[in-house]
Amino acid sequence: MSLLSTYSGLFLSAFATTLKLFALSAVGSLLLGTFLAMLRVSPVPVFRAAGATYVTLVRNTPLTLVFFFFTFAYPLLQIVKIDYETGAVVALTMYTSAFICEVVRSGINTVPVGQAEASRALGLTFTQMLGSVVLPQAMRSVVPPLVSTLIALLKNTTVSAGFSVGDAGAIQASLSEDGANMLVGLSWVAFFFILLVMPLTFLQRSLEKRWSVAR
Amino acid sequence: MSNVLFDVPGPKARFRHQVLAVVGVLGVAGIIGFIGFRFYDSGQFEPKMWEWLQYTTIQEQLLKSVGATLKAFAVGAVCAMVFGAVLAAGKLSEHAFLRGPATFVVEIFRAVPLLIMIFFFYFGLPAIDIKMSQFTAVVLGLTLYNGSVLAEVFRAGVMSLPRGQAEAAYALGMRKTQVMTLVLLPQALRVMLPTIISQLVVLLKDTALGFIINYEELLYYAKFLGGQGQFGRPLVPVTIVVGIIYVIMCLLLTWLAVTLEKRNRRNKKIKTNGTKKLDDVAIPAAAQSL
Repeated sequence: MSLLSTYSGLFLSAFATTLKLFALSAVGSLLLGTFLAMLRVSPVPVFRAAGATYVTLVRNTPLTLVFFFFTFAYPLLQIVKIDYETGAVVALTMYTSAFICEVVRSGINTVPVGQAEASRALGLTFTQMLGSVVLPQAMRSVVPPLVSTLIALLKNTTVSAGFSVGDAGAIQASLSEDGANMLVGLSWVAFFFILLVMPLTFLQRSLEKRWSVAR
Repeated sequence: MSNVLFDVPGPKARFRHQVLAVVGVLGVAGIIGFIGFRFYDSGQFEPKMWEWLQYTTIQEQLLKSVGATLKAFAVGAVCAMVFGAVLAAGKLSEHAFLRGPATFVVEIFRAVPLLIMIFFFYFGLPAIDIKMSQFTAVVLGLTLYNGSVLAEVFRAGVMSLPRGQAEAAYALGMRKTQVMTLVLLPQALRVMLPTIISQLVVLLKDTALGFIINYEELLYYAKFLGGQGQFGRPLVPVTIVVGIIYVIMCLLLTWLAVTLEKRNRRNKKIKTNGTKKLDDVAIPAAAQSL
């Protein structure tokens, strides 16, 4: 406890950074991921191929390597200068969006083709079909794994600590400079992560349980 | 092609798709062109930057660091499977005093970020005089985290089997262990193989976290090589080459998963065993671990 009160400022600012990284890259990867999913289910082959290539490449690359690229290699390309924190958000967004894309795509694919055919036969327009038939059903199979992906994103934000961002993963480095007890410090970090992740896990499980029955 | 969102296109839609295809090609070409131009403009295409690829010493060192990555992967994978099997056995147990702790351990290790666990072993434990090498810390972290995820996968696999399988085995007079090892596990493992292997891909990718605590694996060597002044600090080319190596390694593993899945699908005995239900249980568990 004494360690926590001594370093309360450090813990607060570090977890604030973590949550900021999480919020920004969650929004970013939801947008980019949905866009990629749109590409992947589009009737135009070029779009499908582009989406598939991106997803395959990114999903098979370690997140640490994506960070590595944005921290060390990207500045050499002299495109737009970004600081470490922005780099971390971009890296997390690019990485997570590939997984979100797959979740959304497989969710849309769980809706039987007959549903769309029936709504077209009833004369619904594309928007009506999407809004009142396909998406409400797809939601059920998309949201629980989507929450899982976001949990993974929250945990993945710690990787940015290895690349000069002062998030919760970097608490360790600051404590080590002070010669504080790292065992206690890291246990607290782990504890706070459990506190952050558990509600999300419960949310995911209850959604899953409720919706899998209705299907 | 007809899918849930789009009908088979008529002549008008086909024309629209062709227009969109042209736009798409132009867009993709634009992005690739821009990246290529930035590469060219910042001198990444200069022969000097790529020269290092020709040195046999560097090739050997690169192979050696791939070996270090694969070593962490292999040891971590085996340990995680064993640990996962033990935890799954605990979670499936009829005794609450086994089920409780196993569930607790799985929940804890799945909620703590892997990097924090690795830090805990490498930086935290020396406080109570337990010192370990970077390799051990990475492998231990990989084992605990992926073991917990795999435990959930194994459990979901066993649960997805029709109840009649276990009932029939009990009716034949088998004991609990026999029912599990002879009847349930062989079937569950076959159904779960694709999920298990995609978890192993995650494990392979996570070995790269060793870079952060200076375990001398592929990414660590990449940074060393990228800093070499005599090759003009080829960070960009090195990142690309290392990225390709990772993608190839993971794709080989994924390919294995797909091949196994295809072989499974041909086997009619398994096909009927409620694979649909399995998807519901298994995918969220696996999706949590990217």
